[in-house]
Amino acid sequence: MEVANISNVTRNFTIGKVETRALRGVNLKVQSGEFTALVGPSGSGKTTLLQIIGCLDQPSSGSVVINGQDVTKLNRNQRADLRKGSLGFVFQFFALIPTLNAYENVEMPLLLGGQKNGTRKQRVMELLDAVGLADRANHRPDQLSGGEQQRVAVARALVTRPVIVLADEPTANLDTENGKQVMEIIAKLNRETGVTFVFATHDPRVIHYARRIVTLRDGVIEKDSPADAQ
Amino acid sequence: MYQLFKMAFRDLGRNKRRTLLSALAVTVGLGMLIMMSGVLVGEMQGALKNTIQLFSGHLQIRGLNYDENKISLKWEDLIESPQALADTVKGQYPQIVDATPRLVASGIVTRGENSRGVQVIGIDPDAQANQVYRQGVIEGDFLAAADREGILIGQPLAEKLSLAVGDQINLLVNTSNGDVQEQLFTIRGIYTTNTFGYDESTVFLPIAKAQTITGAEDRASLIFIVLKDKEQAETVAAALQSPDYTVVTWRDMNAMIVQVEDFAGAYMTIFYLIVLGITATVVSNTLVMSVFERTREIGILAAIGMKGRRILAQFLLEAALIATLGVIGGIIFGGAITYYFGVTGFPMDISKMGLTGILIENRIYTVLTLDNVIYLSVLTYIVTLVASFAPARMASRMEPVEALHGK
Repeated sequence: MEVANISNVTRNFTIGKVETRALRGVNLKVQSGEFTALVGPSGSGKTTLLQIIGCLDQPSSGSVVINGQDVTKLNRNQRADLRKGSLGFVFQFFALIPTLNAYENVEMPLLLGGQKNGTRKQRVMELLDAVGLADRANHRPDQLSGGEQQRVAVARALVTRPVIVLADEPTANLDTENGKQVMEIIAKLNRETGVTFVFATHDPRVIHYARRIVTLRDGVIEKDSPADAQ
Repeated sequence: MYQLFKMAFRDLGRNKRRTLLSALAVTVGLGMLIMMSGVLVGEMQGALKNTIQLFSGHLQIRGLNYDENKISLKWEDLIESPQALADTVKGQYPQIVDATPRLVASGIVTRGENSRGVQVIGIDPDAQANQVYRQGVIEGDFLAAADREGILIGQPLAEKLSLAVGDQINLLVNTSNGDVQEQLFTIRGIYTTNTFGYDESTVFLPIAKAQTITGAEDRASLIFIVLKDKEQAETVAAALQSPDYTVVTWRDMNAMIVQVEDFAGAYMTIFYLIVLGITATVVSNTLVMSVFERTREIGILAAIGMKGRRILAQFLLEAALIATLGVIGGIIFGGAITYYFGVTGFPMDISKMGLTGILIENRIYTVLTLDNVIYLSVLTYIVTLVASFAPARMASRMEPVEALHGK
């Protein structure tokens, strides 16, 4: 099943009087259960493409269909609803809310979705367990290591059972061991739950986890092939 | 909702000093407003009480043609056999505590080279309504009804003319036939009502002497009536109506106080708005700083699906919590100082500032009213929330992508 279909997407930014074309006509289809890496040098458009798939940003032209829905026609609130129910995010920086503990951070998307307390608790603990942090549930982000924080972010991204999880350089701020740990958890969850992962990276240590590699350069897809063909 | 509260509490707890300073701004602002409203209420209530007690009474019976501004002493303007009339009305209405005649004349007090224009009031020294002057005697004695040479003067006048008890002064007064009459009087006592403007310009004679010197004979300018309750004035006035004289109430005589109160109220509103404007700016500034500090978090929350209106609610709730803390503090702080000055009073001599026509005491006793506390607290709360709306809205309208990059 197709979970994302990006057609002829362009994205232009105007900074001062200079217009930058971050994406110049990108076509990409993502199937359910895929584990896809977006690779390419800095400025190639990886993050912009992830943000557009994630409904955090809107294309200048082209169409973006997520889970059968054309998201370019959605208003601000409808995009927020779509992000809440169908999309999960893991960012490069450890994007946790500092005033909430690990449990509460993971719980937040469920709260926004209006889920009942009992259901929430079970699901949150399930995910914290899956990322190996059930015993750290009551710790605040400043009491967790970088790797642990990123694992909490992974648990939060998955807690609503999204159709697609988007991760932007999820290991960029981690050492090798923690980076490996995070990627193994993501890969395992992809295998076991069938959740679709698309992650942007230029870290050669993590590319091999992907089963499909999409290479971007100067805002266009240069190469799109299964990992073993690289 | 619980989650909103939890997050708001924790967010406020991140920078405790800033939160407390913002709440303190609300506390000080509201405290000042409560205090100032207490001053205004106290001043006005005090002025009214004072003016009724010294100047107007609750009711006055006057001759049909009597004009208080002209201080006429013509026989046709005065009340004949005033003591008999006073005794009659006093006996007739149980609401009346005292009714006593007064003769008012204008005069000039001279001592050596110095002279002062004064109002000469002839009073019955034994009347209950005049005991306020007896109690106010700070040097010497009060007047005696039969005294024909004694005069009671106010403390500021005594100071200005360097007079002491036992000194003699020359008093020149207008008379009923349009002439002037003068006589030497001996100062029997010096009084104070703690009302500078009044004490400086009012001297007292026993009414019999005043009637003699002015040639009014057995007549008075007015019957000064004190009631048990000032709210009975209209009822008693209606009952006293007669074709032979007019009856005026304290409300008629003190219209100026009501006007001044309205005028002061309008000024106070401007003062309220200035103070609240400063308070609101502090709270708003705190929220703006908080929004900038938490831009990335706002981006995260938006990314995981938090809608703009919930982000708005989050920041408004934080403002509401600051406002609540500040308002509680303000009520305690404002209530405490207003209560304190309500008991001790504080010196504020408005009469020296040139306000005439209203008898304002030299000490103002603030009055704490529940109405004012509620009104000002609600006003502070609303103004704080309104001022917080702009930063809260700014947070709620951030684009997730830009917010995530801290822009």
